[in-house]
This record gives sequence, structure tokens and C-alpha cells, in this order.
Amino acid sequence: MEVSRHWRLKKQRYALQGEVCPHCSVKIFPPRDICPDCGLDARTPFQFSGRGEVYSFTTVRDAPEGHSEQVPYTVALVRLEEGPLVTAQLTDLDQQDVEIGLPVEMVTRKLRSDGERGMLVYGYKFRPLLRPAA
Amino acid sequence: MEQSNQDRLLKPSKQVGIVGYGAYIPRYRLPASEVARIWAGGAGGVPIVEKAVPGIDEDVITMSIEAARNALARASIDPSEIRAVWVGSESHPYSVKPSSTVVAEAIGATPHTLAADWEFACKAGTEAIQAAIGFVGSGMARFALAIGMDTAQGRPGDALEYTTGAGGAAIILGPSDESLAHFEGSYSYATDTPDFWRRADEKYPEHGERFTGEPAYFKHVLTAAKELMSLTNTGPEDYAHVIFHQPNVKFPQRAGRMLGFADEQLEAGLLVSVIGNTYAGSPLVGLASVLDIAEPGQRLLLVSYGSGAGSDAFSLSVTDRLVEAREKAPSTQDYIGRRTEVDYATYARYRGKLTLS
Repeated sequence: MEVSRHWRLKKQRYALQGEVCPHCSVKIFPPRDICPDCGLDARTPFQFSGRGEVYSFTTVRDAPEGHSEQVPYTVALVRLEEGPLVTAQLTDLDQQDVEIGLPVEMVTRKLRSDGERGMLVYGYKFRPLLRPAA
Repeated sequence: MEQSNQDRLLKPSKQVGIVGYGAYIPRYRLPASEVARIWAGGAGGVPIVEKAVPGIDEDVITMSIEAARNALARASIDPSEIRAVWVGSESHPYSVKPSSTVVAEAIGATPHTLAADWEFACKAGTEAIQAAIGFVGSGMARFALAIGMDTAQGRPGDALEYTTGAGGAAIILGPSDESLAHFEGSYSYATDTPDFWRRADEKYPEHGERFTGEPAYFKHVLTAAKELMSLTNTGPEDYAHVIFHQPNVKFPQRAGRMLGFADEQLEAGLLVSVIGNTYAGSPLVGLASVLDIAEPGQRLLLVSYGSGAGSDAFSLSVTDRLVEAREKAPSTQDYIGRRTEVDYATYARYRGKLTLS
């Protein structure tokens, strides 16, 4: 049980809320309060659009505890439109082939449950665009 | 006597309308023929074509979040101005811990908001709308979000299993002059009628077989529709579209005919044959589908039904703003068109019907 940790991370997990550096405008995810680019203080909240593309990916068939009911599943590095690279599960894939460069969008899904009695943990995943750009 | 009846019309002191709406339907589809294959030897008729099945990582909370985001996109408002986030469902993931707080947090409506979960079988979504009309119409709040969403339960092999689907919609209510459609009046009707129930801690509901028809669905739906039309001096010919709660195809069609509606008036809002009965989501997703195509000036009638039992009825009038707003988020048909067929075994896995230990 890591109730406090789930609670602390909820904003970034549910909605991809990160930070923007007030000094050099770099967008930061996950939030870390210090700009990884210029090293200065960066605490201004920033709402990411959720759009990005697959930078790389792999399929997990032997999952860690708490994720086994979803196997096989695909985990990707997603390059967000605003810059940062995020690791997340891909969902709603159907039999569609994943490829590097696939445009994806963020959705909030169930990440895991802590057993039958524990809490349900929700967070970001990415899926192929529901409505491909015209 | 005539005079006193007019009190039954629910009308807030300030005019209220729908400023944003958004549907959600999950990707997977179980053809009804699959249920027949497993439980009826493939024989016999089936009540619908197929039903929507949630993915393994979906539930009422995640589905509500996506519908709410679609509604927000159409409303183009700041989510921190939403003073109520109300989720109506029969399938809240927790028995104790609100779905609404997670939804409110995810869309950015926290913390200055009244988050609450609603329950009344299949009309939990419309009662959230009814209450939101009061909340906004009294001037207490500028915006309120009402959601009807379900991952419907049906016992394996039961007649309900053919139709129990997943989906719903989110509706943001606000001032009438900013609305895509405004409420002309509403009405609610309820009696204690035991047609369908699920006891605490039970996984699947029980239903009263034929009792679900005449004294339950038809009595409440027909009365609510007739009363509202009488109180607003309207008739079936005044409505371009009518949306009924849709547990199957036959009930809403029959109700429509009994009230004097032509089948065409039901068409745009009748989705049950391709997504199933989405319980509390059913009337709202039907409304979303109608808002996707309705024209300014048209009048809409929405009538829900919840077992136990009651109906809420709403008369809506579409404004010019709808046309532009509806392009800002995926349509209900976008979700219906995005379909992946699954077999019964995959459905059983996704819906947690397999015992793993």
C-alpha cells in the first residue's frame, strides 16, 4: 500500500499536469520544481495537451505484480508535443501494429488495483488518435 | 384543479441550458449472437446486434473522465468554474469512495466544487441533470456537470446479458444565454415499484421478468412524457427528436408509438441495438447522439427510466450555438464507428467473469 504516494502524484497522473520554467519556457514532465534545462527554480503548473507520438515501444508478456491481468500490453516512450519524453502504457490498440512515430493521445485509465481490497490507481496511458487529424 | 397541476412542472427561476456535452463508448463489441452461441446453442432470436464492452483498464471513473473532457471541449469554459461534479451510475467502482472526486480532480474542477455520486438504477444520470437544473437555475452555481455512465451488469446466461452494455455521456449545465440547448421545463415521476434490483454486495441484478414492462417501464415513461407535454402545452408533433431510456429496441419504440411519435423521431437517439443498454448512461448518450445532428430551433424530448421506479422528462430547445460547438469534440458516431469485435471468452476476461484463484 502506497496510498500517500498515489495521492501525491494524482495531478500529474490523472491529467498530465507538469510545470513550465518561468526562465527558459521549457515544459517539464514529470514536475520536479527545478528546470532540467537551465537549472533554475520552476514551479509554475503547466497542463500538457496529451498529444504526442511513439518514440519507442516494447511488449510486456511477463508483467510485474499488479499488472499481470493486463498482459500482454505495450509500453512506450512517448514524445509529447511540448517536448518531454514520457513512459506509459498504450491502450485501445486492438490488433493495430504500433510503430515508431505513431500519433497518440492521452487517456486516463486504470493502471492497477492493489488486490481485491486495496485502492484503484488511475493514471495516464496513450492510445492511437480517436479522430486522426484531417 | 387545472391551476394546481401546473406546480408539477419543474422550472427554475433562472433559465438553464446545456453548455457542453460529450459521449463516451468503449471500443469493444460483443455480438448478441455470441451470447446465443454460448447460452442458447446459437438458437433463437437476439434482441440487439451487439453491445459495447469496456476494456480491461476501463470503468465508470475512466469513462466519465473522457466524456467530461469532451463536454468541456464543447463548453469552452474553465473547469475550475464548475461547482458540481455529479456522476450517476449503477457501477461505481467503489462501494465507498466517490467516483466524482476522481473525475473532478482529473478534469481540473477541484477543489471548489460539490462532488457527488448519484444512484437510481438507470435514471441516476437524469436525476443529476434534474438537480443540476436547480443548482444552476437558483443562481447557486454558474456551471454544473452531470454524468450518466455505466458498465452494466448482467448475470451470465441471463436474458440481460445480451444487452448490458457500457457507455454514457456528460452534460455541462449553465446559463441559458450561453447554451447549445435550453431547458423549457422538466418533470419527475416516481413510485415504489419492484421491477429490478441488486442487493448490496451482489454482483448481478435480479429482475421481475414480465413485471418490468407494463407497471414499470411503460407506466413511468408514458406518464412522465404525457405530463410534461401537457404541462408545456406541447404534443408529439412539436418535437423533432425524442429520446427514451432504451433497455432494448422494443420498449422505446412501443412507448413512442403509444405516445403518438413516428419511428423517425426516435431514430437519432436510439442506440441500443449497436451499443446495448448502458443503464444510467442510456438516456444521456442518446441525447448526445441527437445533439450531434439536431438543428437550431428544434425541440427535443428526453425521458429516462430507472427501476424501482421513476422517470425524469425534459423538454429542450436547440440554439444556434450548437452547430459550432459540436465540432469541438468527437461525436457519438465516432465512438460507435470505432469498434473491435470480441468473442465471448475475451468478453468474459475483460469483464472479470473468470475465477483466477
